[in-house]
Amino acid sequence: MSGARPALRRVWALLYRHIALYRGSWPRLLELTYWPTLQLCIWGFTASFFAARLGNPGAVAAGALLGGVLLWEIALRTQMGVAMGFLEEIWSRNLGHVFVSPLRPWELLAALVGVAFMRVAIGITPALLLAWFLYAFNLFALGPVLVLFAVNLMVMGWWVSLGVVSLILRHGAGAEALAWTVLFGITPFAAVFYPVAVLPHALQPVALALPAAHVFEGMRAALSTGVVAWGHLGWAAGLNLAWLAAAGALFAAQFRAARVRGALISIGE
Amino acid sequence: MAGLRGRGNLVLGAAVRPPYADGMDAIRVKGLTKRYGRTPAVAGIDFAVPAGETVALLGGNGAGKTTTIAMLLGLLIPTEGSITVLGHDIARDRFAALARMNFSSPYVALPHRLTVAENLRVYCHLYDVRGTARRIAELAAELDFADLLGRPAGQLSAGQKTRVALAKALINRPELLLLDEPSASLDPDTADFLRGYLERYRAESGCTMLLASHNMAEVERLCSFVLMMKRGRIVDRGTPAELLRRYARSDLEEVFLDIARDRRAAEAVS
Repeated sequence: MSGARPALRRVWALLYRHIALYRGSWPRLLELTYWPTLQLCIWGFTASFFAARLGNPGAVAAGALLGGVLLWEIALRTQMGVAMGFLEEIWSRNLGHVFVSPLRPWELLAALVGVAFMRVAIGITPALLLAWFLYAFNLFALGPVLVLFAVNLMVMGWWVSLGVVSLILRHGAGAEALAWTVLFGITPFAAVFYPVAVLPHALQPVALALPAAHVFEGMRAALSTGVVAWGHLGWAAGLNLAWLAAAGALFAAQFRAARVRGALISIGE
Repeated sequence: MAGLRGRGNLVLGAAVRPPYADGMDAIRVKGLTKRYGRTPAVAGIDFAVPAGETVALLGGNGAGKTTTIAMLLGLLIPTEGSITVLGHDIARDRFAALARMNFSSPYVALPHRLTVAENLRVYCHLYDVRGTARRIAELAAELDFADLLGRPAGQLSAGQKTRVALAKALINRPELLLLDEPSASLDPDTADFLRGYLERYRAESGCTMLLASHNMAEVERLCSFVLMMKRGRIVDRGTPAELLRRYARSDLEEVFLDIARDRRAAEAVS
């Protein structure tokens, strides 16, 4: 059963499993849209308040804030989507069946990336519409470069979640809380709502090692001047490749270690 | 000679038909060892299962049965030794073997919120089974759960779950089926149905089965050969008839107890 067609079917198998899960569970669907919409409302009204007080500079800052909220949700939801997809298999005690099928580890990851993409699309769309309806903020006004920002943030979500899945493989379901919290911990250094220059000097290299900081610097530049900061985009892409390679190696090592320790049999217990 | 060979150089009894003329083994295990730190879970076992046979892996809790099955499935990497399944070296080529085998255990569940049909569809895709709808309908008819196809897996009774889990294990028409306590927690009627089905399936398909069970009646009915494990080792092996004769017992349960309580065959006879 080697070849592209069986491989694609195996990836589709896990995608279908999650589509069937969400199709039959409205609370899960609601949960996907709940936080992005709530975040947008809180930050949107805050931004509107400052825009009304400060005039044009305030409006620009408000736009940057809303853009930050919406784009950061892409990274957050991607990371959670991959990690939660893996956790769903643990919670349903189904990993034993999945790992004794011909599914390759990279196919599992490809399926989880697909699940994350689906979760992002369902979760972010209502927030995007709300931003346009309530605050007249259209993220698509950034133009085609928006796609590059979004792709970079999705890739960042992938490698962070690979790290989380590796920790779950190493420490079992005890590490599952990281699936929700790890990217929130990175937020202060990701320059989502403020420039990197605002951070203390000692922390700026930490921020600049994160692709997100370059994406958001680029987004602010595009919103305020209309110029695409290709340098920042290049850094974001390069850093993403490096982090993705490192996280992939970590996952491969932890997957093998789990097979040595027998963790694939007892994970979740 | 096609046979279930091991360190003791025992072979299948004459009552057991040789499965294939070329004597192909579906499973061949040599020097298989698994240690966790210094603790051996499986300590250098050797055995071979001829294609087409149903072999039981017996032993008390902690004997090493589950560890052995996990290594056969590639879930666990052995510390030492080699495993060949359907001609594939599990260390190097496990996915090719996994596509041709399957596994069922009451301790591994199917996603509860998915319906039975959705669950089986997932596994049709995973095993690249052609004619998904037809295959699911066939299995539902054979295992008598057509009326359950639209029901969430989490709402099934233990007997219904077992039949669906068996359907999942048969979805790819496996050449090798590993069954971990297939009739655990089943009522006698359902257990009898399951055993009868497995007997017919093996006879019609020529599928090889390796069965871990604590139900000795099940082993006597289904299995042509028995491997007795204790503390990670195979301590005895033979056809059910050979073991009964060797221990001078009337059923395998008594043989099991003799082995579990360290009574050797000779002592049991005396």
